Amino acid sequence: MGIFQMNDTICALSTAPGVGAIAVIRLSGPASFATIGQLFKSSEKNLEIAAIKSHTIHHGVIGDGMSILDEVLISCFRAPHSYTGEDVIEISCHGSDYIQKKILELLISAGLRLAKPGEFTFRAFMNKKFDLSQAEAVADLIASHSGTSHELALKQMRGGFSKKIGALRESLIEFTSLIELELDFSEEHMIFADRADLRTLLDHIETELTQLIKSFSLGNVIKNGIPVAIIGKPNVGKSTLLNAILNEEKAIVSELPGTTRDAIEDTIVIGGYSFRFIDTAGLRASEEVIENIGIGRTWEKISEASIILYVFDVTEQSFADVKEAISELKKPGEVPPLNLVLVGNKTDLLDQLPRGFKEFVEYETIFVSGKRKENLHLLVEHLVDVVGKAKTTDKTIVSNSRHYEALQQAHNAILAVRTGLSESISPDLLTVDIHKALYHLGEITGEITTDEILGAIFGRFCVGK
Amino acid sequence: MQKYDIIVVGAGHAGCEAAAAAANMGSKVLLITMNMMNMAQMSCNPSMGGVAKGQIVREIDAMGGYSGIVTDRTMIQFRMLNRSKGPAMWSPRAQNDRVLFSLEWRSMLENTKNVDFWQDSVVNIIVKNEKIAGVKTGLGFDIKCKAVILANGTFLNGLIHIGEKQFSGGRMGDSASISLTERLVDLGFIASRMKTGTPVRVDGRTLDFSKMDEQPGDAVPGKFSFTDTPALINQRSCWLTYTSGQVHDILRTGFDKSPMFTGRIQGKGPRYCPSIEDKIDRFSSKERHQLFIEPEGWNTVEYYVNGFSSSLPEEVQFSALRKVKGFGKAKFFRPGYAIEYDYFPPDQLNFSLETRRIEGLYFAGQINGTTGYEEAAAQGMMAGINAHLKIRKEKEFILKRSDAYIGVLIDDLITKGTEEPYRMFTSRAEYRILLRQDNADQRLTRLSNEIGLATKQRFEVAEEKYRRVNDFSLFLHAFSVKPTQINRLLSEKETNEIVQKQKASTILLRPQLFLQDMIDHIEEIRVYAHDHGFLNREIVEETELMIKYESYIVKEQELVDKHANLENFSLSGDFEYAKLTSLSHEAREKLNKVKPRTIGQASRISGVSPADISVLIVYLGR
Repeated sequence: MGIFQMNDTICALSTAPGVGAIAVIRLSGPASFATIGQLFKSSEKNLEIAAIKSHTIHHGVIGDGMSILDEVLISCFRAPHSYTGEDVIEISCHGSDYIQKKILELLISAGLRLAKPGEFTFRAFMNKKFDLSQAEAVADLIASHSGTSHELALKQMRGGFSKKIGALRESLIEFTSLIELELDFSEEHMIFADRADLRTLLDHIETELTQLIKSFSLGNVIKNGIPVAIIGKPNVGKSTLLNAILNEEKAIVSELPGTTRDAIEDTIVIGGYSFRFIDTAGLRASEEVIENIGIGRTWEKISEASIILYVFDVTEQSFADVKEAISELKKPGEVPPLNLVLVGNKTDLLDQLPRGFKEFVEYETIFVSGKRKENLHLLVEHLVDVVGKAKTTDKTIVSNSRHYEALQQAHNAILAVRTGLSESISPDLLTVDIHKALYHLGEITGEITTDEILGAIFGRFCVGK
Repeated sequence: MQKYDIIVVGAGHAGCEAAAAAANMGSKVLLITMNMMNMAQMSCNPSMGGVAKGQIVREIDAMGGYSGIVTDRTMIQFRMLNRSKGPAMWSPRAQNDRVLFSLEWRSMLENTKNVDFWQDSVVNIIVKNEKIAGVKTGLGFDIKCKAVILANGTFLNGLIHIGEKQFSGGRMGDSASISLTERLVDLGFIASRMKTGTPVRVDGRTLDFSKMDEQPGDAVPGKFSFTDTPALINQRSCWLTYTSGQVHDILRTGFDKSPMFTGRIQGKGPRYCPSIEDKIDRFSSKERHQLFIEPEGWNTVEYYVNGFSSSLPEEVQFSALRKVKGFGKAKFFRPGYAIEYDYFPPDQLNFSLETRRIEGLYFAGQINGTTGYEEAAAQGMMAGINAHLKIRKEKEFILKRSDAYIGVLIDDLITKGTEEPYRMFTSRAEYRILLRQDNADQRLTRLSNEIGLATKQRFEVAEEKYRRVNDFSLFLHAFSVKPTQINRLLSEKETNEIVQKQKASTILLRPQLFLQDMIDHIEEIRVYAHDHGFLNREIVEETELMIKYESYIVKEQELVDKHANLENFSLSGDFEYAKLTSLSHEAREKLNKVKPRTIGQASRISGVSPADISVLIVYLGR
């Protein structure tokens, strides 16, 4: 399991991620037309979506029925005359992140599934739309994509997210092994799974999943952009730096419709990507308190970020100071954050750049003057570079959405298990939903096999006559 | 000697089913066994079925195999395990008369057209151009044939251990088969070692059953076969007792002489069927272990001590067992022992159970690393079927994971291999709600009839059964029950009364209510059922189940359909995965070794990621 299904309807952003003039969202599968029928209102009078001919384009508005989200064009292709060989609709919408994600959100809530990397191509291939030589080229693409996307998915799951999912999965496997033990060894065993314990475990899992869903909800990402934390000692010029960046890029601040200036005060769009600066500067007044609370609290703050800018004062801090500060950024036993960028500020006070910083091979060090707005472009370019290299944007959206969907499904399954438990349904029926929950968590962390469950049984219990 | 279509080597549960299936399909079969007195011997406990295994026996029966019929005719106790759980878990289990079981199997085979017997050992196979041509026997005969099924069980270089003693044997009292493994290894096969064990047998006249708990059979015993085998009338009970700290202490005194702990046994044993010394060693915190005392037959005093499998020195086994409640004065017939034997890791096979190396050579049963009569019998039947089809140049017969436990079994063996003796569990099946014991005939009889094994009559019986079940179910979905017709019953069953008409099928969803109750209480239903011939237990139970569990059945069927594309997506066997550099290194290695038949199978190989699967799909033919 865990690979492509063929009989449902999928959707995904087809154009490059980020902000552009227009974006295209593609739907493929049997429910494409029906779904569009629910969300799209044509400018043509009496246009029946079900009667739309293949290879036609229609103008209209898209929305959830209550409010209009955007003015769009839909290009319609009937099976088998489409890219995938299925019913396909391409929605051309305006190119803002917000609109793209909101439309995807609408489609998902209408019952579509977000496509996995390569899935449109997979369908096209399955429906004999490609010959082998064409397909080979795509294969390389898929291979490289899935590799990085998996790595990225892991990278994104910062702040113990992946650990949490792993732990939840572990406890579910334990739960399952108890149930399976009861089922497969009913004759041979005296220990039965304590229903109260199972209930507690389910409650715990449910709570954790709910929290994860909240923290990872699509809405958050849409609203917030890529989180960038600016940290550093007091008075190193963090807020000056931030203001400088904001001012430099002012021309394209707040292009996002539907949001207020206040709410995105620290969010700016650079090079097509939107960044949300976690404003530790805003916490200036209580900075001493923070220092008192200690490094643990700081870690929590920065762990939400995808990129961390550590700002230091080149006139005050030596290479050794910075090195020490960075080492304090990691909790015992953990590796330092991946996308850490060192920003040496206040170069305007020095005649020449300080030495010794080149020894940080793993971290980019950029020297700027926030006050004189010198070399800010280096920093900004680097931010874009980091994102571009890691392809974080589309992955952030896509894999977050994917994780979101998986979490949501796992959550639903857990709720079903809980209901079943309170109705005391037979354990073999309980496992139908437990397996479903495990399957969806497995989409995030990797696969679950029956061998794992059996392993858990044999490892912990004395079974066998 | 005359020439045969198929030679089956070994007359255990696998060999017997193989011979029966191939002969019933029309092949000329020779069954070679070293001892015709011991055919279909129950070498371990005198019992068939149990959780997951009972389902397999029902499947074998539904396809026209003999195990279910033989079990029904020779059982001394029947229990449907897990009645209190959902229908996927209901598992028939029988205690059998060990001697009658063996005799009945022999008699059935003797009455099967096309089966000949020969008592001898097979020391080598004859191969021409990588194709099987016959076998060489210990008595010096060369017998020609078109296909060979090896079902040697634990006999290949079998080595029995009791404490520090060790001696050659295929089972206590039978000689091992020497040299066949070496000949196969010469041909390029890879062999490995496994271990299993069996407990002491005791004299029932010396046991005090008043100190044990009785475990009787079901009040209304069921049966295994879908055919009209006789119902069981009298039954014998099993008995339940426990070990104790004192028993464990005595057992520990023999640990320094245990062939397991001292490393004399190298083969890997099953985790789920550990010896008693293994249990107290690995789970030292457990104060006592359950022992089931099982009668060996109608007219024998011999009992089997289930749960006390051991290879400790016999005097340690005996003195420990005497400290068990009810065993104070026990006399022993023979000690428990461990046996090591050769097996051939099953990833050397195709799904038809034909070896990849030699055309026309099939392996079935413990030789493939499984354990259990039922698992062996299932493989035997499938090997018999496929050997026959191959000779007739017909398409091989493969069961899918969604068709049968037999499909799960063979797919697991071929795709994952096994390092410990493989036993079936319901948790190995992803579609357990569909693979129930009650519907084995619905799942398999038609398929088996199409390949010429299950008779037309069997097929028609199954078709008729499900036609009736379907009609009855449609009626209950359409029939509205008035409050006056059912409220008395509902309050009797302590469930809410209805205030207005409700469909019979909706009311039946209540767990407190059974279809038989409704038939008894509501005249219209009773009359309808009677007039249409639905008033028999099988039809009523099946109809009830289809209605009560419909939502779960539908859910699982949807899962099956979702994955059908991948399961039907064939992969060519000779593809050079090594050249596909887009695949991970591990995936290339594993795929090359397993050579999966379908994308679905490839996705179950450990180490093959979804990304690898995507690459495969794109590269390989549709």
